[in-house]
Amino acid sequence: MLVVFNILYSSLVYTIGTDNTKGESFYTENAKRGQLLYQKYNCTACHQLYGLGGYMGPDLTNVMAKGEPYTKVFLQYGTQRMPNFHMQEDEINSLIAFLKYADKTGTSPIKHFDVNRDGTITPK
Amino acid sequence: MKKEIGIIFIALAMISLLTGMFFGTVSALQFVFPGFLNDFPFVKVRPLHVSLVIAWIFLSAIGGIYYYLPKYCGVKLFSDKLPRIHFWIFVITGLLILICYVMGKFGGREYWEFPPILSVPIFVSWILFGINYFKSVFKKAGQWPVYLWMWATGIVFFFITFSEAHLWLLPYFRENLIRDLTIQWKAYGALVGSWNMLVYGTALFVMTRVKGDETAAHSKLAFLMYFLGFANLLFGWAHHIYIVPSALWIRIFAYFMSMTELLILGKIIWNWRKSLDEAKKDFHILSYRFIVSADFWVFLNLSLAVIISVPAINVFTHGTHITVAHAMGSTIGINSMILLASCFFLIKDITQYEFSGMEAKSIKIGFWIFNFFLMVFWVCLLVAGAEKGAMVMEDKLAFQQIMANINPILIVFAFSGIGLFIGLLMVVLPALKAIFSYLKK
Ligand code: HEC
Repeated sequence: MLVVFNILYSSLVYTIGTDNTKGESFYTENAKRGQLLYQKYNCTACHQLYGLGGYMGPDLTNVMAKGEPYTKVFLQYGTQRMPNFHMQEDEINSLIAFLKYADKTGTSPIKHFDVNRDGTITPK
Repeated sequence: MKKEIGIIFIALAMISLLTGMFFGTVSALQFVFPGFLNDFPFVKVRPLHVSLVIAWIFLSAIGGIYYYLPKYCGVKLFSDKLPRIHFWIFVITGLLILICYVMGKFGGREYWEFPPILSVPIFVSWILFGINYFKSVFKKAGQWPVYLWMWATGIVFFFITFSEAHLWLLPYFRENLIRDLTIQWKAYGALVGSWNMLVYGTALFVMTRVKGDETAAHSKLAFLMYFLGFANLLFGWAHHIYIVPSALWIRIFAYFMSMTELLILGKIIWNWRKSLDEAKKDFHILSYRFIVSADFWVFLNLSLAVIISVPAINVFTHGTHITVAHAMGSTIGINSMILLASCFFLIKDITQYEFSGMEAKSIKIGFWIFNFFLMVFWVCLLVAGAEKGAMVMEDKLAFQQIMANINPILIVFAFSGIGLFIGLLMVVLPALKAIFSYLKK
């Protein structure tokens, strides 16, 4: 019983439960490459998307809201904590395209919200 | 004489644990002292730490199962060769993964940060394990004790969730960030659920053996705990992803599931009180001590888990070190304590080794040092997480300022990590000595 229910549940999760179309038009070929580069350089060791990942650096979901030049500086030079990966220009651009897409999919962290009486929240 | 394969797994597990903890302390120091050991950067050290300690959990659980099945569960292993092949696949793949990390070759996702091709041998080894387990236990007549169910569930679900964790390789899943992240964390939640099955099964096994009485493993309560754990494995994962904007019902469902943990909490405390006046404890004093301290950590961690699963609290704690406290508290405090209890049970059983006065003392003091620093470590993470969460919500300080503000407490954290490591060395080195003196015989 549980197993059948789980299969049903998983298939809903795989489809309509996550049927997000926000930002879809930003998922370009370039962004696709950026997504894989994000894994290749293991950005997740220090950064989060939607709060998931390592905690040495900030959440990157909406970093693009700070502007492309701002983001680019980090990727080009690194910081004392963040390594300089000596990436090619086109790699940097792909990563930027990916982060641009991520920005359009939603907000994280949610800083402005109402608390409901059942303990759930509603973002403002 | 052919050596028991179970104890060979345990030896490898303990070595993984020590090296994994070593990298853990290095990464903690790198976290708080930028520039520390820059030639071997955090980006490599962190996955080394994570993968090695996960290897510890799996290897020690698997080693126990390979030994306990024929010795105590009345089933002959379907094959004695498969476990040896399993072991060597593990060793070779493990080494390849370590080499990839050291060379900076990533490509996977968190927890499995190695190039995904190396997941293939892991799949294969797991199939061998599964075949051996099921071919063996299906021959067992009569009702299964709860731990056989738990192990079975853990094995099957590791396979399923490990597959799920690789769905991103298919464009359909990868090309929608929300779906991608939701499924990734669904898989990881269930992955933890599946290894918990292996570990809790081991706990129940060891408890019944120490007591010399099987009834607990057939009790209604044990099966209730199993079903709750099972349901949580299936559906409780979503408490990881409240803030990924997936559909509301996914999140609400997750909320109710994680609340059912309260029930397990009640059961554990009840058990814990009862187990305190056990007379048999002297004979298995080491296993007993580790189980009792696991119980203590169960209580602390479940309280924390229930609190942070309330969404209104979760927005504060998510993405902070409180999540790390949750993870470390349960993997070190609960899982590792239980697995160490199992390791000591198994070592005593197989090697008949008598710890010398010095060694026994080292284990005993190490045990207390380990627990003490784990407490400091855990509290530091909670405090750092609460501070960070509050500052992020207030939205006034830049990220660097926030991190600078919590750095002092994280320095205490990093040093308590060193204490933790020392305590562990004092516990594990005598155990390894016992194992190697048996293997040399
Ligand atoms: C070793 C850890 C580490 C790794 C790996 C890392 N970063 Fe960073 N990153 C940081 C830290 C820490 C900061 C914050 C600045 C500081 O404190 O030096 C940062 C800042 C940033 C910022 C600016 C964010 C902001 O909101 O100010 C961006 C963008 C960024 N990193 C992108 C990346 C990308 C893309 C990758 C992978 C190619 C990556 N980082 C890998 C540690 C890391």
